[in-house]
Amino acid sequence: MNWGVVIPLFIFLVIVFLAGIWSNRKMSGSASFISDYFIGNRELGGLVLAMTMVATYGSASSFLGGPGAAYSIGLGWVLLAMTQVATGYFVLLILGKKFAIVTRRYNAITLIDFLKERYQSKSVVLLSALSIIVFLFSAMAAQWVGGAYLIQTVTGISYTSALFIFTVSVLIYVIIGGFRAVALTDTIQGVVMFTGTLILLIAIVVAGGGVSAIFSDLIAENPNLVTPYGQDGQLSSLYVSSFWILVGVGVVALPQVAVRAMSYRDSKSMHRALIIGTIVVGFIMLNMHLIGVFARPVLPGIEVADRVIPLVALDVLPSWLAGIVLAAPLAAMMSTVDSLLLMVSSSVVKDVYLNYMKPNASHSHVKNVSMGVTAIVGIVAFILAINPPELLIFLNLFAFGGLEAAFIWPIVLGLYWKFANKYGAIASMITGIGAYIGIHFYNEAYGNLFGVHTVTIPVILSLIVFVAVSLLLKQKAYVFPHRKIGA
Amino acid sequence: MKDKKIKPDRRFSIANREAIIGCLLAAFNILWWYGFAYGMGSKSPEEYTYIFGFPAWFFYSCIVGFIVMAVLVAVVVKFVLKEMPFTDDGEEDEVDSV
Repeated sequence: MNWGVVIPLFIFLVIVFLAGIWSNRKMSGSASFISDYFIGNRELGGLVLAMTMVATYGSASSFLGGPGAAYSIGLGWVLLAMTQVATGYFVLLILGKKFAIVTRRYNAITLIDFLKERYQSKSVVLLSALSIIVFLFSAMAAQWVGGAYLIQTVTGISYTSALFIFTVSVLIYVIIGGFRAVALTDTIQGVVMFTGTLILLIAIVVAGGGVSAIFSDLIAENPNLVTPYGQDGQLSSLYVSSFWILVGVGVVALPQVAVRAMSYRDSKSMHRALIIGTIVVGFIMLNMHLIGVFARPVLPGIEVADRVIPLVALDVLPSWLAGIVLAAPLAAMMSTVDSLLLMVSSSVVKDVYLNYMKPNASHSHVKNVSMGVTAIVGIVAFILAINPPELLIFLNLFAFGGLEAAFIWPIVLGLYWKFANKYGAIASMITGIGAYIGIHFYNEAYGNLFGVHTVTIPVILSLIVFVAVSLLLKQKAYVFPHRKIGA
Repeated sequence: MKDKKIKPDRRFSIANREAIIGCLLAAFNILWWYGFAYGMGSKSPEEYTYIFGFPAWFFYSCIVGFIVMAVLVAVVVKFVLKEMPFTDDGEEDEVDSV
Protein backbone atom coordinates (compact mmCIF):
# COMPACT_ATOMS: atom_id res chain seq x y z
CA MET A 1 0.00 0.00 0.00
CA ASN A 2 1.22 3.48 -0.87
CA TRP A 3 1.13 5.15 2.54
CA GLY A 4 2.27 8.52 1.21
CA VAL A 5 -0.98 8.70 -0.77
CA VAL A 6 -3.22 6.94 1.73
CA ILE A 7 -2.44 9.09 4.76
CA PRO A 8 -3.60 12.45 3.26
CA LEU A 9 -6.74 10.70 1.99
CA PHE A 10 -7.35 9.28 5.44
CA ILE A 11 -6.89 12.67 7.11
CA PHE A 12 -9.40 14.11 4.66
CA LEU A 13 -11.98 11.48 5.63
CA VAL A 14 -11.43 12.18 9.34
CA ILE A 15 -12.00 15.92 8.83
CA VAL A 16 -15.22 15.16 6.99
CA PHE A 17 -16.38 12.95 9.89
CA LEU A 18 -15.66 15.65 12.43
CA ALA A 19 -17.74 18.11 10.42
CA GLY A 20 -20.66 15.68 10.51
CA ILE A 21 -20.42 15.25 14.26
CA TRP A 22 -20.15 18.98 14.81
CA SER A 23 -23.29 19.61 12.73
CA ASN A 24 -25.16 17.00 14.73
CA ARG A 25 -24.38 18.79 17.99
CA LYS A 26 -25.53 22.05 16.47
CA MET A 27 -28.73 20.41 15.27
CA SER A 28 -29.74 18.96 18.63
CA GLY A 29 -30.39 22.50 19.81
CA SER A 30 -32.80 23.17 16.96
CA ALA A 31 -36.58 23.11 17.31
CA SER A 32 -37.70 21.66 13.99
CA PHE A 33 -35.93 18.39 13.25
CA ILE A 34 -37.39 17.74 9.82
CA SER A 35 -36.63 21.20 8.46
CA ASP A 36 -33.15 21.08 9.93
CA TYR A 37 -32.30 17.55 8.82
CA PHE A 38 -33.43 17.92 5.21
CA ILE A 39 -32.77 21.60 4.53
CA GLY A 40 -30.54 22.95 7.33
CA ASN A 41 -33.28 25.31 8.61
CA ARG A 42 -32.79 27.59 5.57
CA GLU A 43 -29.79 29.29 7.02
CA LEU A 44 -26.98 28.62 4.57
CA GLY A 45 -24.66 31.56 4.00
CA GLY A 46 -23.21 32.58 0.63
CA LEU A 47 -19.99 30.56 0.60
CA VAL A 48 -21.61 27.37 1.88
CA LEU A 49 -24.51 27.75 -0.58
CA ALA A 50 -22.18 28.22 -3.55
CA MET A 51 -19.92 25.35 -2.55
CA THR A 52 -22.73 22.91 -1.84
CA MET A 53 -24.25 23.64 -5.25
CA VAL A 54 -20.95 23.20 -7.05
CA ALA A 55 -20.02 20.08 -5.07
CA THR A 56 -23.42 18.44 -5.50
CA TYR A 57 -23.34 19.08 -9.18
CA GLY A 58 -19.68 18.23 -9.82
CA SER A 59 -19.73 14.46 -9.57
CA ALA A 60 -17.56 11.55 -10.57
CA SER A 61 -18.21 12.40 -14.20
CA SER A 62 -16.64 15.86 -13.89
CA PHE A 63 -13.60 14.48 -12.11
CA LEU A 64 -12.91 11.14 -13.71
CA GLY A 65 -15.12 10.56 -16.77
CA GLY A 66 -14.94 14.14 -18.10
CA PRO A 67 -11.16 14.57 -18.02
CA GLY A 68 -10.88 11.03 -19.37
CA ALA A 69 -13.01 12.01 -22.35
CA ALA A 70 -10.94 15.19 -22.83
CA TYR A 71 -7.84 12.97 -22.88
CA SER A 72 -9.08 11.04 -25.90
CA ILE A 73 -11.18 13.72 -27.65
CA GLY A 74 -9.09 16.86 -27.09
CA LEU A 75 -10.01 20.54 -26.69
CA GLY A 76 -13.47 19.98 -28.18
CA TRP A 77 -14.47 18.25 -24.97
CA VAL A 78 -13.17 21.14 -22.86
CA LEU A 79 -15.32 23.47 -24.94
CA LEU A 80 -18.29 21.20 -24.24
CA ALA A 81 -17.51 21.10 -20.52
CA MET A 82 -17.47 24.90 -20.37
CA THR A 83 -21.23 24.96 -21.01
CA GLN A 84 -21.40 24.20 -17.28
CA VAL A 85 -20.29 27.70 -16.27
CA ALA A 86 -23.97 28.64 -16.60
CA THR A 87 -24.92 26.41 -13.67
CA GLY A 88 -23.05 28.84 -11.39
CA TYR A 89 -25.53 31.67 -11.95
CA PHE A 90 -28.50 30.30 -13.88
CA VAL A 91 -30.13 28.10 -11.22
CA LEU A 92 -30.02 30.76 -8.53
CA LEU A 93 -31.23 33.52 -10.84
CA ILE A 94 -34.05 31.54 -12.42
CA LEU A 95 -35.49 29.93 -9.31
CA GLY A 96 -34.20 32.92 -7.45
CA LYS A 97 -36.00 35.01 -4.94
CA LYS A 98 -39.47 33.95 -6.00
CA PHE A 99 -38.70 30.33 -5.17
CA ALA A 100 -37.19 31.39 -1.84
CA ILE A 101 -40.30 33.42 -0.88
CA VAL A 102 -42.84 30.91 -2.15
CA THR A 103 -41.22 27.86 -0.56
CA ARG A 104 -41.16 29.69 2.77
CA ARG A 105 -44.88 30.45 2.50
CA TYR A 106 -45.57 26.85 1.55
CA ASN A 107 -43.37 25.58 4.40
CA ALA A 108 -41.76 23.49 1.65
CA ILE A 109 -38.74 21.43 2.60
CA THR A 110 -38.40 19.36 -0.54
CA LEU A 111 -38.94 20.10 -4.20
CA ILE A 112 -42.02 17.88 -4.05
CA ASP A 113 -43.52 19.96 -1.23
CA PHE A 114 -43.39 22.88 -3.64
CA LEU A 115 -45.01 20.91 -6.48
CA LYS A 116 -47.64 19.52 -4.08
CA GLU A 117 -48.79 22.94 -2.92
CA ARG A 118 -48.56 24.53 -6.33
CA TYR A 119 -50.52 21.88 -8.22
CA GLN A 120 -52.64 20.42 -5.40
CA SER A 121 -52.45 16.99 -6.98
CA LYS A 122 -51.64 13.63 -5.49
CA SER A 123 -50.64 12.29 -8.92
CA VAL A 124 -48.01 15.00 -9.34
CA VAL A 125 -46.58 14.15 -5.91
CA LEU A 126 -46.44 10.40 -6.43
CA LEU A 127 -45.11 10.71 -9.98
CA SER A 128 -42.35 13.07 -8.81
CA ALA A 129 -41.47 10.96 -5.79
CA LEU A 130 -41.25 7.87 -7.97
CA SER A 131 -38.97 9.59 -10.53
CA ILE A 132 -36.73 10.93 -7.79
CA ILE A 133 -36.45 7.62 -5.99
CA VAL A 134 -35.76 5.56 -9.13
CA PHE A 135 -33.47 7.96 -11.02
CA LEU A 136 -31.54 9.41 -8.11
CA PHE A 137 -31.11 6.05 -6.45
CA SER A 138 -29.49 4.76 -9.63
CA ALA A 139 -27.35 7.85 -10.01
CA MET A 140 -26.23 7.46 -6.45
CA ALA A 141 -25.39 3.78 -6.67
CA ALA A 142 -23.31 4.51 -9.78
CA GLN A 143 -21.28 7.08 -7.83
CA TRP A 144 -20.85 4.44 -5.14
CA VAL A 145 -19.16 2.22 -7.75
CA GLY A 146 -16.93 5.13 -8.88
CA GLY A 147 -15.89 5.90 -5.31
CA ALA A 148 -14.96 2.31 -4.65
CA TYR A 149 -12.88 2.11 -7.86
CA LEU A 150 -10.97 5.23 -6.91
CA ILE A 151 -10.17 3.97 -3.40
CA GLN A 152 -9.19 0.65 -4.94
CA THR A 153 -6.84 2.28 -7.48
CA VAL A 154 -5.11 4.37 -4.86
CA THR A 155 -4.83 1.92 -1.98
CA GLY A 156 -4.73 -1.43 -3.71
CA ILE A 157 -7.30 -2.99 -1.35
CA SER A 158 -10.10 -5.16 -2.79
CA TYR A 159 -13.14 -3.62 -4.47
CA THR A 160 -15.54 -4.81 -1.77
CA SER A 161 -13.43 -3.42 1.09
CA ALA A 162 -13.06 -0.13 -0.79
CA LEU A 163 -16.81 0.00 -1.28
CA PHE A 164 -17.31 -0.71 2.41
CA ILE A 165 -15.02 2.15 3.45
CA PHE A 166 -16.77 4.53 1.07
CA THR A 167 -20.27 3.54 2.27
CA VAL A 168 -19.45 3.75 5.95
CA SER A 169 -17.83 7.18 5.57
CA VAL A 170 -20.76 8.66 3.69
CA LEU A 171 -23.47 7.06 5.84
CA ILE A 172 -22.01 8.17 9.14
CA TYR A 173 -21.99 11.85 8.39
CA VAL A 174 -25.23 11.93 6.44
CA ILE A 175 -27.18 9.99 9.08
CA ILE A 176 -25.95 11.91 12.06
CA GLY A 177 -25.65 15.33 10.50
CA GLY A 178 -28.36 15.63 7.82
CA PHE A 179 -28.38 18.52 5.37
CA ARG A 180 -26.26 20.81 7.49
CA ALA A 181 -23.47 18.23 7.64
CA VAL A 182 -23.81 17.65 3.91
CA ALA A 183 -23.62 21.37 3.15
CA LEU A 184 -20.66 21.80 5.47
CA THR A 185 -18.72 18.83 4.14
CA ASP A 186 -19.58 19.96 0.60
CA THR A 187 -17.85 23.22 1.42
CA ILE A 188 -14.71 21.43 2.61
CA GLN A 189 -14.89 19.20 -0.45
CA GLY A 190 -15.43 22.19 -2.74
CA VAL A 191 -12.30 23.85 -1.39
CA VAL A 192 -10.38 20.58 -1.84
CA MET A 193 -11.58 20.29 -5.46
CA PHE A 194 -10.67 23.91 -6.20
CA THR A 195 -7.11 23.67 -4.88
CA GLY A 196 -6.63 20.07 -6.02
CA THR A 197 -7.35 20.89 -9.66
CA LEU A 198 -5.14 23.98 -9.55
CA ILE A 199 -2.16 22.05 -8.15
CA LEU A 200 -2.56 19.27 -10.67
CA LEU A 201 -2.92 21.67 -13.61
CA ILE A 202 0.26 23.53 -12.68
CA ALA A 203 2.14 20.26 -12.16
CA ILE A 204 1.09 18.89 -15.52
CA VAL A 205 1.96 22.09 -17.43
CA VAL A 206 5.42 21.92 -15.84
CA ALA A 207 5.74 18.20 -16.62
CA GLY A 208 4.72 18.83 -20.25
CA GLY A 209 7.31 21.63 -20.70
CA GLY A 210 4.84 24.54 -20.86
CA VAL A 211 1.54 25.18 -22.65
CA SER A 212 3.10 25.87 -26.08
CA ALA A 213 5.15 22.67 -25.98
CA ILE A 214 2.10 20.65 -25.00
CA PHE A 215 0.07 22.06 -27.88
CA SER A 216 2.81 21.40 -30.44
CA ASP A 217 3.01 17.80 -29.17
CA LEU A 218 -0.75 17.47 -29.56
CA ILE A 219 -0.69 18.90 -33.11
CA ALA A 220 2.18 16.60 -34.01
CA GLU A 221 0.10 13.64 -32.88
CA ASN A 222 -3.25 14.67 -34.37
CA PRO A 223 -4.18 18.28 -35.31
CA ASN A 224 -7.86 17.53 -34.65
CA LEU A 225 -7.10 17.40 -30.93
CA VAL A 226 -6.77 21.19 -30.83
CA THR A 227 -9.91 21.93 -32.89
CA PRO A 228 -13.43 22.24 -31.47
CA TYR A 229 -14.49 19.15 -33.41
CA GLY A 230 -12.89 16.23 -31.57
CA GLN A 231 -10.10 13.84 -32.59
CA ASP A 232 -12.15 12.28 -35.41
CA GLY A 233 -14.13 15.42 -36.15
CA GLN A 234 -17.08 13.69 -34.49
CA LEU A 235 -18.35 16.65 -32.45
CA SER A 236 -20.65 18.83 -34.55
CA SER A 237 -21.26 22.38 -33.32
CA LEU A 238 -24.96 21.56 -32.95
CA TYR A 239 -24.29 18.50 -30.80
CA VAL A 240 -21.87 20.35 -28.52
CA SER A 241 -24.30 23.26 -28.25
CA SER A 242 -27.11 20.94 -27.14
CA PHE A 243 -25.13 20.31 -23.96
CA TRP A 244 -26.23 23.78 -22.90
CA ILE A 245 -29.53 22.08 -22.11
CA LEU A 246 -28.16 18.95 -20.42
CA VAL A 247 -25.44 20.43 -18.23
CA GLY A 248 -26.08 24.17 -18.46
CA VAL A 249 -29.60 25.50 -18.10
CA GLY A 250 -31.37 22.15 -17.54
CA VAL A 251 -29.63 21.76 -14.19
CA VAL A 252 -32.38 24.02 -12.79
CA ALA A 253 -34.61 20.95 -12.81
CA LEU A 254 -32.37 18.58 -10.85
CA PRO A 255 -34.10 18.07 -7.49
CA GLN A 256 -30.84 17.88 -5.55
CA VAL A 257 -29.81 21.26 -6.99
CA ALA A 258 -33.26 22.90 -6.75
CA VAL A 259 -33.56 22.01 -3.07
CA ARG A 260 -30.44 24.08 -2.43
CA ALA A 261 -32.18 27.06 -3.97
CA MET A 262 -34.63 27.00 -1.05
CA SER A 263 -32.05 26.56 1.69
CA TYR A 264 -30.32 29.92 1.89
CA ARG A 265 -30.70 32.43 4.64
CA ASP A 266 -31.29 35.73 2.85
CA SER A 267 -30.81 37.61 -0.40
CA LYS A 268 -27.31 38.62 0.62
CA SER A 269 -26.26 34.95 0.83
CA MET A 270 -27.78 34.33 -2.56
CA HIS A 271 -25.93 37.27 -4.12
CA ARG A 272 -22.59 36.11 -2.72
CA ALA A 273 -23.30 32.55 -3.87
CA LEU A 274 -23.93 33.77 -7.42
CA ILE A 275 -20.45 35.27 -7.68
CA ILE A 276 -18.59 32.52 -5.82
CA GLY A 277 -20.50 29.73 -7.56
CA THR A 278 -19.81 31.05 -11.07
CA ILE A 279 -16.10 31.47 -10.38
CA VAL A 280 -15.66 28.12 -8.64
CA VAL A 281 -17.64 26.01 -11.11
CA GLY A 282 -15.95 27.63 -14.13
CA PHE A 283 -12.52 27.32 -12.60
CA ILE A 284 -12.92 23.66 -11.65
CA MET A 285 -14.44 22.63 -14.98
CA LEU A 286 -11.84 24.49 -17.07
CA ASN A 287 -8.88 23.16 -15.06
CA MET A 288 -10.09 19.60 -14.71
CA HIS A 289 -10.78 19.13 -18.41
CA LEU A 290 -7.61 20.93 -19.49
CA ILE A 291 -5.71 18.50 -17.25
CA GLY A 292 -7.29 15.69 -19.25
CA VAL A 293 -6.07 17.16 -22.57
CA PHE A 294 -2.61 18.07 -21.26
CA ALA A 295 -2.18 14.57 -19.81
CA ARG A 296 -2.08 13.12 -23.31
CA PRO A 297 1.47 14.11 -24.30
CA VAL A 298 2.71 13.74 -20.71
CA LEU A 299 1.43 10.22 -20.14
CA PRO A 300 0.37 8.69 -23.47
CA GLY A 301 -1.42 5.39 -23.95
CA ILE A 302 -3.85 5.28 -21.02
CA GLU A 303 -6.63 2.93 -22.05
CA VAL A 304 -9.29 3.34 -19.33
CA ALA A 305 -10.60 6.91 -19.37
CA ASP A 306 -11.60 6.94 -15.69
CA ARG A 307 -8.03 6.20 -14.65
CA VAL A 308 -6.44 9.20 -16.40
CA ILE A 309 -6.67 11.56 -13.42
CA PRO A 310 -5.44 9.10 -10.73
CA LEU A 311 -2.57 7.88 -12.91
CA VAL A 312 -1.49 11.37 -13.92
CA ALA A 313 -1.62 12.61 -10.33
CA LEU A 314 0.53 9.72 -9.17
CA ASP A 315 2.92 10.36 -12.06
CA VAL A 316 3.52 14.12 -11.90
CA LEU A 317 3.17 14.82 -8.17
CA PRO A 318 5.09 13.69 -5.09
CA SER A 319 2.99 11.01 -3.39
CA TRP A 320 1.81 13.06 -0.41
CA LEU A 321 0.61 15.79 -2.75
CA ALA A 322 -1.04 13.22 -5.02
CA GLY A 323 -2.94 12.04 -1.94
CA ILE A 324 -4.25 15.55 -1.35
CA VAL A 325 -5.12 16.07 -5.00
CA LEU A 326 -6.87 12.70 -5.28
CA ALA A 327 -8.99 13.66 -2.32
CA ALA A 328 -10.67 15.99 -4.86
CA PRO A 329 -12.44 13.35 -6.98
CA LEU A 330 -13.21 11.41 -3.83
CA ALA A 331 -14.69 14.62 -2.41
CA ALA A 332 -16.69 15.12 -5.60
CA MET A 333 -18.20 11.69 -5.38
CA MET A 334 -18.89 11.81 -1.68
CA SER A 335 -20.51 15.21 -1.94
CA THR A 336 -22.74 14.08 -4.80
CA VAL A 337 -23.66 10.85 -3.09
CA ASP A 338 -24.48 12.47 0.22
CA SER A 339 -26.90 14.95 -1.37
CA LEU A 340 -28.55 12.26 -3.46
CA LEU A 341 -28.86 10.02 -0.42
CA LEU A 342 -30.56 12.78 1.51
CA MET A 343 -32.76 13.59 -1.48
CA VAL A 344 -33.93 10.00 -1.86
CA SER A 345 -34.63 9.57 1.85
CA SER A 346 -36.45 12.92 2.01
CA SER A 347 -38.68 11.75 -0.85
CA VAL A 348 -39.47 8.57 0.99
CA VAL A 349 -39.93 10.09 4.44
CA LYS A 350 -41.30 13.55 3.79
CA ASP A 351 -43.08 13.22 0.47
CA VAL A 352 -44.59 9.77 0.74
CA TYR A 353 -44.57 8.60 4.36
CA LEU A 354 -45.54 11.84 6.10
CA ASN A 355 -47.89 13.01 3.36
CA TYR A 356 -49.92 9.90 2.89
CA MET A 357 -49.10 7.27 5.48
CA LYS A 358 -48.60 8.92 8.81
CA PRO A 359 -49.27 12.67 8.74
CA ASN A 360 -49.39 13.05 12.54
CA ALA A 361 -46.11 11.34 13.38
CA SER A 362 -44.42 12.56 16.54
CA HIS A 363 -41.15 14.47 16.55
CA SER A 364 -39.02 11.57 17.76
CA HIS A 365 -40.79 9.14 15.43
CA VAL A 366 -39.97 11.34 12.40
CA LYS A 367 -36.38 11.56 13.57
CA ASN A 368 -36.00 7.80 13.86
CA VAL A 369 -37.71 7.16 10.54
CA SER A 370 -35.54 9.77 8.74
CA MET A 371 -32.30 8.33 10.03
CA GLY A 372 -33.50 4.76 9.54
CA VAL A 373 -34.57 5.32 5.93
CA THR A 374 -31.30 7.12 5.15
CA ALA A 375 -29.38 4.15 6.55
CA ILE A 376 -31.46 1.57 4.66
CA VAL A 377 -31.18 3.43 1.35
CA GLY A 378 -27.41 3.63 1.82
CA ILE A 379 -27.08 -0.05 2.66
CA VAL A 380 -29.21 -1.12 -0.30
CA ALA A 381 -27.02 1.03 -2.56
CA PHE A 382 -23.97 -0.68 -1.06
CA ILE A 383 -25.37 -4.17 -1.72
CA LEU A 384 -26.30 -3.25 -5.29
CA ALA A 385 -22.89 -1.73 -5.93
CA ILE A 386 -21.05 -4.91 -4.87
CA ASN A 387 -22.20 -6.47 -8.07
CA PRO A 388 -23.90 -3.72 -10.07
CA PRO A 389 -26.82 -5.09 -12.08
CA GLU A 390 -27.28 -4.09 -15.73
CA LEU A 391 -30.47 -2.26 -14.81
CA LEU A 392 -28.59 0.05 -12.49
CA ILE A 393 -26.13 1.14 -15.15
CA PHE A 394 -29.01 1.53 -17.55
CA LEU A 395 -31.07 3.72 -15.19
CA ASN A 396 -28.04 5.82 -14.35
CA LEU A 397 -27.76 6.78 -18.00
CA PHE A 398 -31.20 8.29 -17.69
CA ALA A 399 -30.76 9.90 -14.33
CA PHE A 400 -29.88 13.51 -15.14
CA GLY A 401 -31.53 13.89 -18.51
CA GLY A 402 -34.65 12.03 -17.38
CA LEU A 403 -35.06 14.17 -14.28
CA GLU A 404 -34.53 17.33 -16.29
CA ALA A 405 -37.10 16.33 -18.87
CA ALA A 406 -39.55 15.47 -16.07
CA PHE A 407 -39.14 18.43 -13.77
CA ILE A 408 -37.98 21.48 -15.73
CA TRP A 409 -41.40 22.77 -16.82
CA PRO A 410 -43.41 21.83 -13.72
CA ILE A 411 -40.88 23.86 -11.71
CA VAL A 412 -40.24 26.82 -13.99
CA LEU A 413 -43.77 27.27 -15.34
CA GLY A 414 -45.28 26.51 -11.92
CA LEU A 415 -43.28 29.41 -10.60
CA TYR A 416 -43.75 31.93 -13.42
CA TRP A 417 -46.92 31.03 -15.34
CA LYS A 418 -50.22 31.47 -13.56
CA PHE A 419 -52.12 29.21 -15.94
CA ALA A 420 -49.81 26.25 -15.34
CA ASN A 421 -52.00 23.54 -13.84
CA LYS A 422 -51.82 19.96 -12.64
CA TYR A 423 -53.00 18.42 -15.92
CA GLY A 424 -50.23 20.21 -17.78
CA ALA A 425 -47.70 19.16 -15.15
CA ILE A 426 -48.67 15.48 -15.21
CA ALA A 427 -48.78 15.36 -19.02
CA SER A 428 -45.43 17.14 -19.26
CA MET A 429 -43.72 14.78 -16.80
CA ILE A 430 -44.99 11.68 -18.55
CA THR A 431 -44.07 13.10 -21.97
CA GLY A 432 -40.64 14.14 -20.77
CA ILE A 433 -39.65 10.80 -19.29
CA GLY A 434 -41.36 8.78 -22.03
CA ALA A 435 -39.76 10.76 -24.85
CA TYR A 436 -36.40 10.61 -23.11
CA ILE A 437 -36.47 6.82 -22.89
CA GLY A 438 -37.79 6.48 -26.45
CA ILE A 439 -35.24 8.82 -27.99
CA HIS A 440 -32.48 7.21 -25.97
CA PHE A 441 -33.16 3.90 -27.68
CA TYR A 442 -33.56 5.56 -31.08
CA ASN A 443 -30.21 7.34 -30.69
CA GLU A 444 -28.49 4.13 -29.58
CA ALA A 445 -29.72 2.34 -32.67
CA TYR A 446 -29.59 4.99 -35.41
CA GLY A 447 -27.33 7.80 -34.15
CA ASN A 448 -28.47 11.09 -32.66
CA LEU A 449 -31.86 12.29 -33.89
CA PHE A 450 -31.39 15.75 -35.51
CA GLY A 451 -27.74 15.54 -34.37
CA VAL A 452 -28.45 16.77 -30.83
CA HIS A 453 -28.08 15.23 -27.37
CA THR A 454 -30.91 12.95 -26.20
CA VAL A 455 -32.20 15.47 -23.66
CA THR A 456 -32.96 18.24 -26.19
CA ILE A 457 -36.11 16.96 -27.87
CA PRO A 458 -37.88 15.70 -24.71
CA VAL A 459 -37.35 19.09 -23.07
CA ILE A 460 -38.95 20.84 -26.06
CA LEU A 461 -41.77 18.27 -26.33
CA SER A 462 -42.61 18.45 -22.64
CA LEU A 463 -42.83 22.26 -22.89
CA ILE A 464 -45.29 22.04 -25.79
CA VAL A 465 -47.36 19.41 -24.02
CA PHE A 466 -47.36 21.35 -20.75
CA VAL A 467 -48.60 24.56 -22.36
CA ALA A 468 -51.11 22.83 -24.64
CA VAL A 469 -52.67 20.70 -21.89
CA SER A 470 -52.75 23.57 -19.39
CA LEU A 471 -54.59 25.75 -21.90
CA LEU A 472 -56.88 22.97 -23.07
CA LEU A 473 -58.01 21.99 -19.58
CA LYS A 474 -57.82 25.57 -18.43
CA GLN A 475 -58.33 26.41 -14.81
CA LYS A 476 -58.59 29.71 -13.01
CA ALA A 477 -55.30 31.66 -12.86
CA TYR A 478 -53.18 30.59 -9.91
CA VAL A 479 -52.35 33.11 -7.21
CA PHE A 480 -49.63 32.37 -4.69
CA PRO A 481 -50.82 32.61 -1.07
CA HIS A 482 -50.12 35.99 0.46
CA ARG A 483 -48.69 34.65 3.65
CA LYS A 484 -47.38 31.48 5.21
CA ILE A 485 -49.96 28.73 4.82
CA GLY A 486 -51.34 27.29 8.03
CA ALA A 487 -49.85 30.18 9.99
CA MET B 1 -53.73 44.78 5.95
CA LYS B 2 -54.51 45.77 2.42
CA ASP B 3 -51.21 47.33 1.50
CA LYS B 4 -49.45 44.25 2.85
CA LYS B 5 -50.80 42.41 -0.16
CA ILE B 6 -49.11 44.84 -2.52
CA LYS B 7 -45.62 44.44 -1.14
CA PRO B 8 -45.21 40.72 -1.89
CA ASP B 9 -46.26 41.38 -5.48
CA ARG B 10 -43.57 43.99 -5.75
CA ARG B 11 -41.02 41.46 -4.57
CA PHE B 12 -42.33 39.04 -7.16
CA SER B 13 -41.95 41.55 -9.97
CA ILE B 14 -38.35 42.17 -8.91
CA ALA B 15 -37.85 38.40 -8.84
CA ASN B 16 -39.34 38.06 -12.34
CA ARG B 17 -37.01 40.75 -13.63
CA GLU B 18 -34.01 38.97 -12.10
CA ALA B 19 -35.05 35.68 -13.70
CA ILE B 20 -35.10 37.44 -17.09
CA ILE B 21 -31.64 38.82 -16.35
CA GLY B 22 -30.56 35.20 -15.72
CA CYS B 23 -31.81 34.22 -19.17
CA LEU B 24 -30.07 37.21 -20.80
CA LEU B 25 -26.79 36.31 -19.08
CA ALA B 26 -27.09 32.72 -20.32
CA ALA B 27 -27.93 33.92 -23.86
CA PHE B 28 -24.91 36.22 -23.87
CA ASN B 29 -22.76 33.39 -22.50
CA ILE B 30 -23.88 31.05 -25.28
CA LEU B 31 -23.29 33.65 -28.02
CA TRP B 32 -19.79 34.49 -26.77
CA TRP B 33 -18.89 30.83 -26.34
CA TYR B 34 -20.27 29.79 -29.72
CA GLY B 35 -19.04 32.83 -31.65
CA PHE B 36 -15.39 32.54 -30.70
CA ALA B 37 -15.25 28.74 -30.69
CA TYR B 38 -16.74 28.18 -34.13
CA GLY B 39 -15.95 31.60 -35.61
CA MET B 40 -12.20 31.22 -35.06
CA GLY B 41 -11.92 27.47 -34.60
CA SER B 42 -13.44 26.22 -37.83
CA LYS B 43 -10.45 26.98 -40.05
CA SER B 44 -7.76 24.33 -40.38
CA PRO B 45 -5.38 23.94 -37.41
CA GLU B 46 -2.35 25.10 -39.47
CA GLU B 47 -3.89 28.57 -39.67
CA TYR B 48 -4.55 28.90 -35.95
CA THR B 49 -3.00 31.74 -34.02
CA TYR B 50 -1.92 31.21 -30.42
CA ILE B 51 -2.26 33.33 -27.28
CA PHE B 52 -0.27 32.33 -24.18
CA GLY B 53 0.24 28.98 -25.87
CA PHE B 54 -3.48 28.31 -26.33
CA PRO B 55 -5.22 28.26 -29.72
CA ALA B 56 -6.92 31.67 -30.06
CA TRP B 57 -10.44 30.22 -30.45
CA PHE B 58 -10.10 28.34 -27.18
CA PHE B 59 -8.46 31.24 -25.37
CA TYR B 60 -11.28 33.65 -26.23
CA SER B 61 -14.19 31.25 -26.06
CA CYS B 62 -13.38 29.33 -22.88
CA ILE B 63 -10.79 31.25 -20.88
CA VAL B 64 -11.73 34.88 -21.63
CA GLY B 65 -15.39 33.82 -21.88
CA PHE B 66 -15.31 32.43 -18.37
CA ILE B 67 -13.61 35.54 -16.98
CA VAL B 68 -16.10 37.81 -18.78
CA MET B 69 -19.03 35.85 -17.34
CA ALA B 70 -17.60 35.95 -13.82
CA VAL B 71 -17.14 39.74 -14.10
CA LEU B 72 -20.62 40.21 -15.61
CA VAL B 73 -22.25 38.17 -12.85
CA ALA B 74 -20.39 40.21 -10.23
CA VAL B 75 -21.48 43.48 -11.88
CA VAL B 76 -25.09 42.31 -12.10
CA VAL B 77 -25.07 41.22 -8.46
CA LYS B 78 -23.55 44.50 -7.26
CA PHE B 79 -25.57 46.95 -9.33
CA VAL B 80 -28.75 45.28 -10.54
CA LEU B 81 -29.99 42.70 -8.06
CA LYS B 82 -32.04 43.97 -5.15
CA GLU B 83 -31.92 42.81 -1.59
CA MET B 84 -35.22 41.81 -0.08
CA PRO B 85 -36.61 39.87 2.88
CA PHE B 86 -37.86 36.37 2.14
CA THR B 87 -40.21 36.04 5.07
CA ASP B 88 -43.55 37.79 5.37
CA ASP B 89 -43.25 38.72 9.03
CA GLY B 90 -41.38 41.87 9.95
CA GLU B 91 -41.86 43.12 6.43
CA GLU B 92 -42.12 46.78 7.32
CA ASP B 93 -38.60 47.37 8.53
CA GLU B 94 -36.96 45.78 5.52
CA VAL B 95 -39.13 47.24 2.80
CA ASP B 96 -37.01 50.39 2.70
CA SER B 97 -34.05 48.48 1.33
CA VAL B 98 -36.23 47.27 -1.56
